[in-house]
Amino acid sequence: MNGDLAIEPVPGVAKPDPVVTIDGLGRSFGGLQAVDVDHLEIQRHTVTSIIGPNGAGKTTLFNLLTGFDKADEGSWDLDGGPLVGIPSFQVARKGMVRTFQLTKALSRLTVLDNMLVAAKDQPGEQLRGAILGRWRHVEEANTEKAMELLERFGLDYMAYEYAGGCSGGQRKLLEMARALMVEPEVIMLDEPMAGVNPALTQSLLSQITGLRDSGKTVVFVEHDMDVVQEISDWVVVLAEGRVIAEGPPDVIARNPAVIDAYLGAEHGEAAS
Amino acid sequence: MDWLEILVAGTLAVIGPVTAAYAVSASGLNLQFGYAGLLNFGHVAFMLVGAYGLAITVDFGGSFWLGLIVGTAAGVLLGLLMGLPTLRLRADYFAITSIAFAEVIRLLVRSSWAESLTGGVFGIQGFANSFHELNPFDVRELYGFGRFIVTGRSLFMIVVSWIVVLVTTLFIARLIKSPWGRVIKAIREDEDATASLGKNTFAYKLQALMIGGGIAAIAGMLLAIDQQAVTPASYAPRITFIIYVIVILGGAGTIWGPVLGSIVFSFLFFTIDAFMVQLQANVDFVGDILSPAEAGLIKLFLVGVTLMLLMIFRPQGILGSREEELAHER
Repeated sequence: MNGDLAIEPVPGVAKPDPVVTIDGLGRSFGGLQAVDVDHLEIQRHTVTSIIGPNGAGKTTLFNLLTGFDKADEGSWDLDGGPLVGIPSFQVARKGMVRTFQLTKALSRLTVLDNMLVAAKDQPGEQLRGAILGRWRHVEEANTEKAMELLERFGLDYMAYEYAGGCSGGQRKLLEMARALMVEPEVIMLDEPMAGVNPALTQSLLSQITGLRDSGKTVVFVEHDMDVVQEISDWVVVLAEGRVIAEGPPDVIARNPAVIDAYLGAEHGEAAS
Repeated sequence: MDWLEILVAGTLAVIGPVTAAYAVSASGLNLQFGYAGLLNFGHVAFMLVGAYGLAITVDFGGSFWLGLIVGTAAGVLLGLLMGLPTLRLRADYFAITSIAFAEVIRLLVRSSWAESLTGGVFGIQGFANSFHELNPFDVRELYGFGRFIVTGRSLFMIVVSWIVVLVTTLFIARLIKSPWGRVIKAIREDEDATASLGKNTFAYKLQALMIGGGIAAIAGMLLAIDQQAVTPASYAPRITFIIYVIVILGGAGTIWGPVLGSIVFSFLFFTIDAFMVQLQANVDFVGDILSPAEAGLIKLFLVGVTLMLLMIFRPQGILGSREEELAHER
């Protein structure tokens, strides 16, 4: 999409159809300014990756946006609706669902139950509905949907196993499939490739682009530049909490500020 | 040695109302700890407010039936009061606060300041007459066979309390097998992940604490009705830990685990007790070296060792699933 629209690759650039807009977002821990984003927009129906060296504030940014941490200042909204001060569970209900860097499979639930627990509007999740027992109809529909997703992610044969029995890569896949059960507009993946067996990486990558093609917006944090190059439509580079560059992956790869941030200024000098 | 006597003592304890009341209480804790993962170390306080809720209501002229409602409501309300300020904190803070809560309540109840209401250290007696009047069995009659006999009064209490065990267990099973129960278990596994899927984890934890609290209050009332007395000394912190032993022994996070745990615990406790009494009285050299009081202490030691062995060889509890335990360890 970006090529056609020719968005200028400068930090804070406006995009034609932003699904998430961030303004003046700040968070500090003691004296350390972990996140300090002036303006950032995320274009709808894209795979946007957020990269940056360790400690750049990528995960903190995720935590702030999804209500898992409280911002000191700033505002951000999803589809025009403000998300400031909204607790994490409501952020998810509004359509922004995240995964975690350290995968959080619900170990002592089956893979299928991991999926079903994420389903929306199940009346049996209210005490009244649970006691009256009026939930089986919805449960059947949810199970069908869950099994379809599990099949798409190649986990259907694991449906009745405990999620604790899944491998690291399978857990990443399960987390992604589970997030989809919430029917989000935006799906935020925190290092989806970390600790994944290389054999599974390709399948994970194609799942991520598949999410975009099915009409979701994907934002993900990643270290590996090769991975980023391969699947991102747009790349946002964070360093010390700030957006230092953004643009299409090939442009970012040539950006000297990015190379400096990643490899250190000394490396840049030595190479030149 | 009278081996039959030992068996009789164990069996009568197992079927007795105290075992049933502990099973009910353990089921309440199991909902909180086994399913929702809440480390409630103040569980005995819920039993206390249930028992005192009933006793005070009747003592002040209310009916016994109103007392049952007040007692249960007191347990639910205590869950709300304890949960509101603490459940947003991390699990370990909740654990510490819950102990403090329970002790504050016990000390308040036994204080001379509250004596006009609670009877202070002496407690309240004789509030369950209207219950015992309903007894369909003849109180002057003995029921059973051989040496396994109970009075008509006990038999009524036994029947009623095991019905309560059945009803509360089926109620919990219904909740746990529903989507509500699935959310509760998900919170036990990982609260952040559950919140990230759009569930209001705080509200669910509060609900689990309140329902478990109401159930524990019912257990407290069963004990109080059986003894026709409430005293603060019966609600010491160690009761909480006995209930934990029962839950873990039977299998935390299983429907029937707390019931089986209570049965096994009672059986062990009272057979070992009867065994030590027999040993001390009938075997000369044991009688020479141990006084009856010392034999009682050895009993506690043996109960502890037995429980340790059970935990070493079956850490998931008697009814716990090995696969589930393995899924957890990975």
